[in-house]
Amino acid sequence: MTITYREALRQGLYEALEKDERAFLMGEDVGKYGGTYAVSKGMLEKFGPERVRDAPLSELGFVGAGVGAALGGMKPIVEVMTVNFIMLALDQIVNTAAMLRHMSGGQFSVPLVVRTSSGAGRQLAAQHSQAFEAWFAHVPGLRVVAAATVDDARGLLGAALAQDDPVVLFEYPALFEMKGEIAEKSVDLRSSKIRRQGGRVTLVTYGACLPKALKAAEEIDAEVIDLRSLRPLDMQPILESLRKTRRAVVVDEGWKTCSLAAEIVARIMEQGFYDLDAPVARVCREEVPIPYARHLEEAALPQVDKIVAAAKGLFA
Amino acid sequence: MIEFKLPSLGADMEEGKFLEWKVKAGDRVKRGDIVAVVETPKAAVEVEIWDEGTVQELVAKPGESYPVGAVLARLAGAGERPAAVSPEKRTVEVRRRISPAARKHAEEHGIDVEKVEGTGPGGSVTVEDVEKMIKAAPAPKPAAAPSADAAGAMRRAIAAAMSRSKREIPHYYLSETIPMLRASEWLARENEKRPVTGRLLMAVLQLKAVALALAKFPDLNGFFRDGAHQPSAAVHAGVAISLRQGGLVAPAIHDAQAKTLDALMKDLADLVKRARAGSLRSSEMSDPTITVTNLGEGGVEAVFPVIYPPQVAIVGFGTLAERPWAHDSGLRAIPTVVASVAADHRVSDGHRGALYLAELARILQEPEKL
Repeated sequence: MTITYREALRQGLYEALEKDERAFLMGEDVGKYGGTYAVSKGMLEKFGPERVRDAPLSELGFVGAGVGAALGGMKPIVEVMTVNFIMLALDQIVNTAAMLRHMSGGQFSVPLVVRTSSGAGRQLAAQHSQAFEAWFAHVPGLRVVAAATVDDARGLLGAALAQDDPVVLFEYPALFEMKGEIAEKSVDLRSSKIRRQGGRVTLVTYGACLPKALKAAEEIDAEVIDLRSLRPLDMQPILESLRKTRRAVVVDEGWKTCSLAAEIVARIMEQGFYDLDAPVARVCREEVPIPYARHLEEAALPQVDKIVAAAKGLFA
Repeated sequence: MIEFKLPSLGADMEEGKFLEWKVKAGDRVKRGDIVAVVETPKAAVEVEIWDEGTVQELVAKPGESYPVGAVLARLAGAGERPAAVSPEKRTVEVRRRISPAARKHAEEHGIDVEKVEGTGPGGSVTVEDVEKMIKAAPAPKPAAAPSADAAGAMRRAIAAAMSRSKREIPHYYLSETIPMLRASEWLARENEKRPVTGRLLMAVLQLKAVALALAKFPDLNGFFRDGAHQPSAAVHAGVAISLRQGGLVAPAIHDAQAKTLDALMKDLADLVKRARAGSLRSSEMSDPTITVTNLGEGGVEAVFPVIYPPQVAIVGFGTLAERPWAHDSGLRAIPTVVASVAADHRVSDGHRGALYLAELARILQEPEKL
């Protein structure tokens, strides 16, 4: 069956709420309004105000409430509308949710899922176009996943709820209208996944850049690997692919400095150096605040032509 | 102007094949720097320089043979003004770009990666380039076994030195069985405290004891040259090392009398490794003032060694074995070793050799003082 990414998210959420009565959704505008991106449309009516709860505009407060609910035995799904606003809740996510298992000597776990949306490309200007996946991937105690396909949009939430530890799940508004087939199988949130076979160069990416990488791959016979799990990283498919292609380009919508791309390159150096035939290249967001003007915004983001150029640069 | 001449890298050396310069004109060198590699019948030896100055002219050419004493290079000494070295003689080393994968691939296929033309980014050599070379080149020949000629040269060198020794040096031989109970127990206790990599060998205790005992017996240490003994204050202990391909070398551990057991152990391990890899230094080859040969591993009871000229003595150790021993008015089995000395009768007499062995035995009873 072919559905949109948005519909896949909706189905995943619906199934999660239906499957486990400890699960509940909480966030800004998730109830009466049906969700900023209409993902939770109709859920208030279906599951009632106990399980679909509108929260005030206070990320620190309601993420903290989610941590408390998780400690109390619930399976909270906390939606932070976009990653741009999640900075207000970092203390709860990093200092509390990620650390409590350690701080309590293993007595408490925090099975909290924070859903948030990330990325640019919709002319929302600097403060609403951030990509901070790497900030969370930096923190031990968190599991970080990114849904780049319709399948993952539907399946990652359920897989995240099955974890005992806090998971930050990234969704991508730039992909909401993307259509795709739903494979019936459940999704594994631990592994990175080869999305396209190829022989000349390995493209490593995640999130909203995946469709761009797949398009670029058509031109350059690239193998495309979707990280999917941003923490912990699953390097195995990347290293195996490199043994075949000997060249890699990492495509990351975040800023280049201290990015996930930087971490991937470092690990390739540590674990795959002798398989390389050229320095690993990166295509990242330009190191500027994202401009409002469409042409400037496009110029600031990874694009198909930039990926192709970077890959071709690895050959003479 | 200082002339740097080919040193004698052992009594058996008459000429050496010059292999490689480690310096270039214009370089400043100081005492102890390795400046060249010279092949002797026994090994490729890194030759050190004993003067300080600026290299003026490299005379010797790689691949040619020179007699001992031939001028290999000229140096401007301290205070002398070195003649200007024309800049074009200095080569600027530009590192070729070879991808890690290409380097590995070439190695696996026996291809000299330096000869592969690079067509990758920035002219770098890639796996594809190596592949082209593999297809163009015939199958690599298996690595050549050490040639019969090299083995023959080694044999001839040993023959020359040992014949000269037996022809010129009137040897006398003495041996004594030394109880090694205290040394063995001390060593076991000591090694228990150490990590596996830091453990000591009995051979190191023996080496140190040989060196310490020589303090009172200068007539067993040094050289016999020009009809007279030249004693040496320092003990540079030559260690006989048998090589896997046959033959042996006996390079020096310098100042063995002054080194700790740990330092000796480290030096010995390093020396054996380098001797077998064929990368010894000139001072190690020409400096030994006495040689120690330990044939204990082979299980022999005692060694009657041949002095390596121009040295004046050589000490041998047999295997460390349990033997019946009168001990505290009783008989018990304790570890013992037969130590022997062969010495030059032109320099010392048997009485001195006997006293030396007694001193050696005494020192080995106090292992903690080593």
